[in-house]
Amino acid sequence: MGSSNYQPTNKAVKWFEDRLPILGLMHSTLGAGYLAPRNLNYWWNFGSLAGFMLVVQIITGVILVMHYTPHVDMAFRAVEHIMRDVNYGWLIRYTHSNGASMFFVVVYIHILRGMYFGSYKSPREVLWFLGLVIYLLMMATGFMGYVLPWGQMSFWGATVITNLFGAFDFYEGMGESILHLLWGGFAVDNPTLQRFFSLHYLLPFVIVGVVILHIWALHLPGSNNPLGIDAKGPGDKIPFHPYYTAKDLFGLSFFIVILAIFIFYMPNIMGHPDNYIEANPMVTPPHIVPEWYYLPFYTILKAVPDKLFGVIAMFASILIFFVLPWLDGSKIRSAKFRPTTAFFFWLFLLNTLYLGYLGTKLPDEIMIDMAGGIDALTMGRISSIFYFAYFIVIVPLVSRMESTKPVPISIAQSVLDANKKG
Amino acid sequence: MTTKDQVEQEEGVTRRDFLYVATGAVGAVGAASVVWPLVDQMNPSADVLALASVEVDLSAIPLGQTLKILWRGKPIFIRHRTAAEIEAAIADNGAIDLIDPEDDQARAERPEWLIMVGVCTHLGCVPLDQRGDFNAWFCPCHGSHYDISGRIRKGPAPRNLEVPKYAFLNDTTVKIG
Amino acid sequence: MLNRLKNIGLMTLAVSALTIGGLTAANAAGASAYPLKKYDWPHAGPFGMFDKPSLQRGLQVYKEVCASCHSLDMVAFRELKALGYNADEIKAFAAEYEFPNGFDDEGEEKYRKGFPQDYFPAPYANEEEARDANNGAFPPDFSLLGKSREHLSLFTPWNSIYGEDYIVGILNTYHEDAPEGVELADGMSYNEAFPGNLIAMAPPLFDDIVEYADGTPATTEQMAKDVATFMYWAAEPKMEVRKKMGLKVIIFMSILTIMLYFVNRRVWRKIKKGDDLA
Repeated sequence: MGSSNYQPTNKAVKWFEDRLPILGLMHSTLGAGYLAPRNLNYWWNFGSLAGFMLVVQIITGVILVMHYTPHVDMAFRAVEHIMRDVNYGWLIRYTHSNGASMFFVVVYIHILRGMYFGSYKSPREVLWFLGLVIYLLMMATGFMGYVLPWGQMSFWGATVITNLFGAFDFYEGMGESILHLLWGGFAVDNPTLQRFFSLHYLLPFVIVGVVILHIWALHLPGSNNPLGIDAKGPGDKIPFHPYYTAKDLFGLSFFIVILAIFIFYMPNIMGHPDNYIEANPMVTPPHIVPEWYYLPFYTILKAVPDKLFGVIAMFASILIFFVLPWLDGSKIRSAKFRPTTAFFFWLFLLNTLYLGYLGTKLPDEIMIDMAGGIDALTMGRISSIFYFAYFIVIVPLVSRMESTKPVPISIAQSVLDANKKG
Repeated sequence: MTTKDQVEQEEGVTRRDFLYVATGAVGAVGAASVVWPLVDQMNPSADVLALASVEVDLSAIPLGQTLKILWRGKPIFIRHRTAAEIEAAIADNGAIDLIDPEDDQARAERPEWLIMVGVCTHLGCVPLDQRGDFNAWFCPCHGSHYDISGRIRKGPAPRNLEVPKYAFLNDTTVKIG
Repeated sequence: MLNRLKNIGLMTLAVSALTIGGLTAANAAGASAYPLKKYDWPHAGPFGMFDKPSLQRGLQVYKEVCASCHSLDMVAFRELKALGYNADEIKAFAAEYEFPNGFDDEGEEKYRKGFPQDYFPAPYANEEEARDANNGAFPPDFSLLGKSREHLSLFTPWNSIYGEDYIVGILNTYHEDAPEGVELADGMSYNEAFPGNLIAMAPPLFDDIVEYADGTPATTEQMAKDVATFMYWAAEPKMEVRKKMGLKVIIFMSILTIMLYFVNRRVWRKIKKGDDLA
């Protein structure tokens, strides 16, 4: 977002541009003025997809608020009013609820891409931090949004998650005071719903702000690329527009097809059926599960026998991403040239997916039918240990000790080499 | 040689332009069709539209009384007029102080039932019953006097009280809206 | 080209993989132990639309049997248009119900007949009255039961439990006598499909308990299927318009995607070949 070389030819545009150089800003951020590495693959589409989903969520969300009532007696009915009576209300609500899930899918892939290709490494640490802040804000927003329909899972999810903060019980009554503060009462109730509604509306705009910082931080060093080497010469880079705008639009269009399949043909598959039962503080559903995007962390929480340390472990499992740039001591960014790192990365991914799967299981469910049966709790503990070991042991050691493959001298050279071969 | 190259290039240009323009057009159609649901959601919803017409049982309104009901968020006055009131209303048909001249016969399909939207045509207050110079309706906000036919006779209001669309389903039931 | 296809494939795989962990199991969790009989619902699948005669029969079963205990709070009479009734039929249907309408001069409650804009009235004034009349159990509202009893599984669809199958299961698997060793408390019945098997609802359906207007034989299974269809409609009244619009959107977006694929390829042609470097 630095200085721009944008030169409007139209006089009126130039007049405006001299007074507010916003077109130049766009030009140098998302237009032809931004030079991006020429070798970005389709994994680099997910950043713009995440931006698109943020806009979709804000537009549909603002519309839903026009018809929703944040009150325990009316919220559930208000959502059904949207689903049944409001023109296209069902479409807007299903887009918002499935959009939330797809937003997380996109952001998870975006984060994993950053991990695999070393996008968190110097000089992009702050860019990585800002991304993690966006992710944390998304988690908070998603959680509070899930409470708003005021179904059974809304209520009991809110109860369980807020109770986590009661673990910080360092002196008599401290945990309870924190909970009363969060709830605005003695349990999840109308004040809780109203504050969650207020914050669920606010946080997306905070996310927009951090996204702007995220893009700003991106434009100083420029995008990383699959080779992980710095783009230096003029042959290494191409203008963002038209090359990456065309590529992003193609990716976006394909992604919308996937999104549409969910919205129109399986709109409730990402949700929980119990949320079509109105919240009832007297009856807990037999099996409470959070939204799918929190499941790995939920398993880590359940794996620790102590309440306080369970909560700490759960928060640590997310916050540990902040120190990843220093845990990784390799001089090479991309896992393309670090076969051992790549191997452990995929193992980490599988393990995290398995943690998510375990999140849906009751602790005593038998997962592996051997040695008298290994239950979900034990497997959760093993997986949680591996999760942390990946960060604390595997990444620091492997990144410093592994033998790497030769890295091409420049992006342009690698393109020429590839063309010679193919 | 140059000509061949030129032809190829030109063909390439036209084909490329067509592809870009066509894709842009399809994309624009798509974007435009997304806009409609986002706008239409602000129109009255199905439950609101369902209340757009109401049926009123007239048998419960005694002679000389006004029933007030809420219709589309506004009060409706249904006046069961006495013979004297009907006579007075018709007698005033040509009165010189009519600001918005209208015959009583045009305002009441059946003379004994006067059905009007109870909103002053000046600035939207609800006129009071059996008040004012004509002992009919009087708007307290800025002093508009209406007669027993709901016609404006004195005060700042520019038009007579509005008569909504209605139809008698039978002798005792009227459908408003 | 090959490389690009591989990337797209990997991307799709990753999307699936990320969701697989959570979704399948998250939703299978509430599964009942009883193997429910799976019916071939005409409204299932991407092109499935409601069977209108079945919806009408289901409405009849609801009205004549279920409605004495179960409310249908969120459905208005006007919505019955979707079942194939015209405005006059709906008006006549609504007029069969009475609604409180203020008070008369003696302070007694007045009543009026129902209008299309009214909602199905509840059989009980409040939860306490409902429990009192039903041996302490609260008959759930029907408006969303079709959806709140389904457990969908994205990657193992064969493990999905559809709300309609579950409802039919409940209505069809009553045992006259509890199996050996099961104590039935007073007023409880034994039901195979119900989680825990002990259900407070007495068997509601018997052959020919209703007489269908269209002459369909009113077997217990037929009535259960009809009322389940009706309940699914009540829970998801916009299903038909949703699926129809979805088809259009997906066809349109697929065409646009293909066009953008070629646009993208053309934009990149020179760069991909590295012509600008040579």
